[in-house]
Amino acid sequence: MKFEYAPAPESTAIVDIQSEYNLFIDGKFVPSKGGKRFETINPSNEKVLSRVTQATSADVDKAVKAATEAYRKTWSKLTGTQRGKYLFRIARILQERAREFAVLESMDNGKPIRETRDTDIPLAAAHFFYHAGWADKLDYAGLGKNPKPHGVVGQIIPWNFPMLMLAWKVAPALATGNTVVLKPAETTPLTALLFAEVCQQADLPKGVVNILTGDGSTGAAIVNHPGINKIAFTGSTEVGKIIAKSVASSKKALTLELGGKGANIIFEDAPIDETVEGIISGIFFNQGHVCCAGSRLLVQENIKDELLEKLKRRMSLIRVGDPLDKNTDLGAINSQAQLMKIRELAESGDAEGAQRWSPQCQLPEKGFWFPPTFFTGVSQAHRIAREEIFGPVLSVITFRTPSEAIEKANNTPYGLSAGIWTDKGSRILWSAQQLKAGVIWANTFNKFDPASPFGGYKESGWGREGGLHGLSAYLKGDFS
Amino acid sequence: MRVDVRKTYKLFIGGQFPRSESGRSYELLDAKGNFLANPALASRKDLRDAVVAARAASEKWASASAFNRSQILYRVAEVMEGRREQFVSEVMAQEGVTKAQAIKQVDAAIDLWVWYAGWCDKIPTIFGSTNPVSGSFYNFTTPEPVGVVAAFIDGNSSLIDIVHGIAPILAGGNVVIAIANEEYPLCAITLSEVIATSDVPGGVVNVLTGRTEELAPWVASHMDIDGVDGSGVEPAAYEAVKRDGADNLKRIYRFKAEGSPQRIISFMENKTVWHPIGI
Amino acid sequence: MLLTDSSESSIKSFLKNLSPVDQVGADARAAMLGTRSIKTSSKLWAIDTAISMIDLTTLEGADTPGKVAALCTKAVRPDPSDSSVPHVGAVCVYNDMVKIAREHLDNNGGKEIPVAAVSTAFPSGRASLDVKKRDTEDAIASGATEIDMVIDRGAFLSGNLEKVFTEIVCIKDICGERAHLKVILETGELVTYDNVRKASFLAMAAGADFIKTSTGKVSPAATAPVVLVMLEAVRDYFAMTGKRIGVKPAGGIRTTKDAIKQLVLVNETAGPDWLDPKLFRIGASALLND
Repeated sequence: MKFEYAPAPESTAIVDIQSEYNLFIDGKFVPSKGGKRFETINPSNEKVLSRVTQATSADVDKAVKAATEAYRKTWSKLTGTQRGKYLFRIARILQERAREFAVLESMDNGKPIRETRDTDIPLAAAHFFYHAGWADKLDYAGLGKNPKPHGVVGQIIPWNFPMLMLAWKVAPALATGNTVVLKPAETTPLTALLFAEVCQQADLPKGVVNILTGDGSTGAAIVNHPGINKIAFTGSTEVGKIIAKSVASSKKALTLELGGKGANIIFEDAPIDETVEGIISGIFFNQGHVCCAGSRLLVQENIKDELLEKLKRRMSLIRVGDPLDKNTDLGAINSQAQLMKIRELAESGDAEGAQRWSPQCQLPEKGFWFPPTFFTGVSQAHRIAREEIFGPVLSVITFRTPSEAIEKANNTPYGLSAGIWTDKGSRILWSAQQLKAGVIWANTFNKFDPASPFGGYKESGWGREGGLHGLSAYLKGDFS
Repeated sequence: MRVDVRKTYKLFIGGQFPRSESGRSYELLDAKGNFLANPALASRKDLRDAVVAARAASEKWASASAFNRSQILYRVAEVMEGRREQFVSEVMAQEGVTKAQAIKQVDAAIDLWVWYAGWCDKIPTIFGSTNPVSGSFYNFTTPEPVGVVAAFIDGNSSLIDIVHGIAPILAGGNVVIAIANEEYPLCAITLSEVIATSDVPGGVVNVLTGRTEELAPWVASHMDIDGVDGSGVEPAAYEAVKRDGADNLKRIYRFKAEGSPQRIISFMENKTVWHPIGI
Repeated sequence: MLLTDSSESSIKSFLKNLSPVDQVGADARAAMLGTRSIKTSSKLWAIDTAISMIDLTTLEGADTPGKVAALCTKAVRPDPSDSSVPHVGAVCVYNDMVKIAREHLDNNGGKEIPVAAVSTAFPSGRASLDVKKRDTEDAIASGATEIDMVIDRGAFLSGNLEKVFTEIVCIKDICGERAHLKVILETGELVTYDNVRKASFLAMAAGADFIKTSTGKVSPAATAPVVLVMLEAVRDYFAMTGKRIGVKPAGGIRTTKDAIKQLVLVNETAGPDWLDPKLFRIGASALLND
């Protein structure tokens, strides 16, 4: 290789990972009564990073009580301006400790440092900043004068964007006057626990934010606790449905951000090089562990060959490897379990008759890895066209007319995202009008902003996060 | 006995602190009638220079992202907080209030600045719209900054009115030439020092101290000023401002001393765009 | 042959069929490539490679034989204290300095270093075709083996594509086997990336051996997205015709960091084949000092 990029590792000296972590309840780290511990590893090399606590129902109860007390005695008595200032402090501290968070996130999740440094962490800080400004302006949010918060909200977040998902949940909850009991995913607890430290540094009143680590059983305990007034869940559609059923007989409010099988539609007049970048970003950003990933490539038949040639060439440039190397593009799959799922679905693609292609990749020995991959010869009936893979695997489908593209794109129980690539403005707007998706990107992909509402149609969930529309999830309406 | 180093109060134009080109100043007495300072007495030429500086900075400020503007404005609040003591003593001296009362005002002023800072990235969401027109068209309305706004600071207080006069104009993406209230000019200059050290680009904020009744007609007739906040102008003189300002159809308003997004969007223009929806 | 003929309508429809460029997407791709971290051994390789690609340039009204001589000495031995540093890719001067440059290079161990001359009423290109031809002839006669010509931007922007095309063909004809032809697009005046892409293809179809961003007299010059678009154009042209055309960014590349970023752009766009002074040059003057 002519121009080899020498290793450019980001130093881990900046993080100070404790060997064990307790639960963060009522402003302090406290041990669980009888709760066990479990390990969290670095998925790029399988090394154990720390042992965190499995919160029990008793711990959940304790946290909910602390959150309730904090809501009644402290948080609900503050004006919006005072609440906002706490959020500004948190945003500032996240900016100050940005590098530390970025490195820790990369180690715990497996995603490249370049992404945590340039995307995840800055966006998380921006979410706190944006929502800080809403705290004292709720009268203007179109929800009536003096809208009220729910009280105590239970929040369960996934492992794919741990810190960013935490920001998406905590910032609006606090801005609107709620207090929080949050459970990070079991494979990625560390940045949430570091966030607890930030709450302490910001002198956030105790009990306003509580962080409970644990697995699905902790999540269920939170969902079912009678002291929780609202649940916000981001995760799989399967679990989302279980939660919806669980709260059906209660008065709990519920928002869900679930799975997706986003269609990335490429018309013949698309700006081809930028389109290729958009396809790459759509499915390989964050190793494809993205609910709104553009995992189905819907390409106009008359440009398919040219596009796939360019795509192959571009995929050969993807650098897979050590997430802490600043030049890495594609990091590790988050867990053994997820890797098995991806492999199983990819193998179904082979079995059902689609053709697989990956560039030559030197994958590391230890850790969980999957090369960037696409399948051609995919029919709508194939599992890889219908099921969410949540990995770096793209299914390529063709169309001849715009209507056919829309029909195929909408042919899914999901409805989270879609992409449209064309040089023609009217076609962008027409396609956007026809697509049943909550987030539509035209001539771009995977763009997020605290001011831009995000959420899905149909089985991708309900409710929006971000923007004006995301606020309403955390305030009581006149309907249930 | 230590002889203290007293502050000179100059103008704030284009990120710099020049004296008035006229060399004039006026005597400012404190609430007890004792000598307090000789703030600069801004001339017509100073105003012109301020407009030039403001205009030069206006495009960049308007095209910065709303998030970026809010970050900068929030930073101003951080630096204000660090300068509390100076603001408190200036409020006390000018208004003759107690320290406790002065502290209350400074607290409120900083919180008010933070309130305005949080508006930057909410404006198009609340005051813009997509419009359900007939026909296959996508139609949206978005507010945009008008440009250069002159703000006459009201005299109800020596600091809060200054925040009302400057912060909302900046939040909307406009640049400002603030004309300090004749009786209460000091905090405006101290705030300029805060602004000068807070990542605010030079020219985005300009502050003139001087005689309102002298400056008002010059502001009203200046053809490169787009809007005027006349809150600090006497009613009779305000009518004259509206008449003279009509020569280039300046957007001219007066406001009550309360936090309101009206102070932001009054200096914004609504742009409506149509685009066909079709294959 | 991509064009059926060099008529206005053929050229127009050929250029119209090129894929559009999304400005925001191109900026983002260029910015992402700018985050590549090139350290240690790869940095050393990149620095040496960049040096070997520099067209060391002086194009001032105040140029004197002395200045050109000093430039040539530097071109041969960029670091007087370190002889392992490679010599530059070429020396680039005005027409009337070509002879002096050639002599000085030959007498100071720089026989393999070509002399490039800017030509065709550089930098504006506002002169008759005859004058431009004569300009080129003179330069070659004085010893220039590379000609950096400017396109007529006025003609391009007003839609007179045939004129732009024909001029390039003409100058290429004069160059023949004696000199390679770089065609300067002056991207700062073309403004849009669509125009840069179109002008790149126009130049290549007309016979350019190299496409060059700028004269260095207009800002912006060789921004990363513009170089990206031109590298994509040469890559696509190679796929269409099997012919490799070179790219030369010029203007605004002042630091080692800038130069390394250029090499990353080449590496991940046109590909490693272009990491060679035969296919990539950097027009610079102060860069060598850094």
